[in-house]
Amino acid sequence: MADPLFEYLQRLGDDSLILAQRLCEWCGRAPSVEVDLSIANMGLDLLGQAQLFLAYAGEIEGKGRDEDALAYHRDAAEFRNCLLVEQPNGDFAQTMARQFLFSLHRELLLEALTASSDTRIAEIAAKAVKEVRYHVELSSDWVIRLGDGTDESHRRMEEGLDWFWRFVDEMFELDALETELASSGIAADRRALRGEFDRRMTEVVERATLEVKPSQWPLSGGRRGRHGEELSRMLAEMQVLARAYPDARW
Amino acid sequence: MSRDWPLWEVFVRPRGGLEHRHVGSVHAPDAEMAVRHARDTYTRRMEGVSLWVVRSNDITASDPDRSAEMFEPAESKIYRHPTFYDLPDAVKHM
Repeated sequence: MADPLFEYLQRLGDDSLILAQRLCEWCGRAPSVEVDLSIANMGLDLLGQAQLFLAYAGEIEGKGRDEDALAYHRDAAEFRNCLLVEQPNGDFAQTMARQFLFSLHRELLLEALTASSDTRIAEIAAKAVKEVRYHVELSSDWVIRLGDGTDESHRRMEEGLDWFWRFVDEMFELDALETELASSGIAADRRALRGEFDRRMTEVVERATLEVKPSQWPLSGGRRGRHGEELSRMLAEMQVLARAYPDARW
Repeated sequence: MSRDWPLWEVFVRPRGGLEHRHVGSVHAPDAEMAVRHARDTYTRRMEGVSLWVVRSNDITASDPDRSAEMFEPAESKIYRHPTFYDLPDAVKHM
C-alpha cells in the first residue's frame, strides 16, 4: 500500500487536473468569446491547483516523479479523481451543472483544509479557495439563469443536473484512508461538509426553479482507480504529446 | 449567443488612487454578467482592483463630423495653458 498522504494528494490533485482538462475542451467552442475565456480561466485555475498538489504528492512518494510525470505518465487506473469530474462535457448547461456541484463541494473542502495540520496542504488550500469561490459564484449564476430562463434552457439545465446527481455522494465519501488522515488533522472530514453543501446547493437549485433529486443509484470507485471508459479517451488526448516525445521541451 | 447580447464598455482601475480607464468592451445579457465577463476578459493578468461597466448605448458621444468646430478652436489658444506664470518658490505641489 502506498503512503496514505501520497494517495490523498493524488485525490486532491487529480480532481483538479481532470476537470481542468475537461474545461479546456471548450476552448474555441463556447457560446461566446467572453464565456470561452471564463471557462478557460477556471480550467487554468484548476490546473494550477493540480500542479501544486501533484508536485507535493511526488515529493511525498520520493521516487523522483514530479507533477508532469504524475499527470502524463499514469494510466487511467492510477488516477484517483472522483467520477463526477471525468464525465464528458455534454452541452453548456451540463458543463455548468457539473461545475456548480464540484466547485461548491471543493470550496467547502478547501476551506476545511486551510486548517490542515500539514502546513503545505493548508497553504495550497488558502490560495485555491479564493479561486474556487469565484467558480462557485459563476457556475451558480449560470445554473440559476438557465434553470430560470427559457423553456429550452430550463430543460437543458434540468437534464444536466439529472445526469450528475448520481456522482454527488462519492465526493463526500470518507474511506478508511481518509478517516485515518482526518484523525491526525491532515485531511478534512468530508462527511462533515455534506450538511452545508446540501443547504447551499438546494438554495441555488430552488432559485433555478429546479428540483434536487438525490440519486437512488449513486456511483463510486474513482478513488480506487475504477473509472469509466471516457477517462481513458480523455487521457489519450491529454497525454499523447508527453508520451510520444518524453523529453520534449519548450 | 453574444450577438443577441448588448455591448458594455469596460473601465478598470489599475491601482487604488488611480482613476478608472476605458479598456474595451464585452457582450453580456445584463450588468451582473457584464462585470463577470469584464473580470474574465480584462483583469486576468492582475490589471486591476476595480471594475465599472456601462451600456455602450448609454454613452453620448461627440459627433465626429463636427470635430472642426468642437476641437479645432482650442488649437490656437496656448494662453489657456498655465505656463506663463512665475510661481513663487514657496508654492509647492503645482
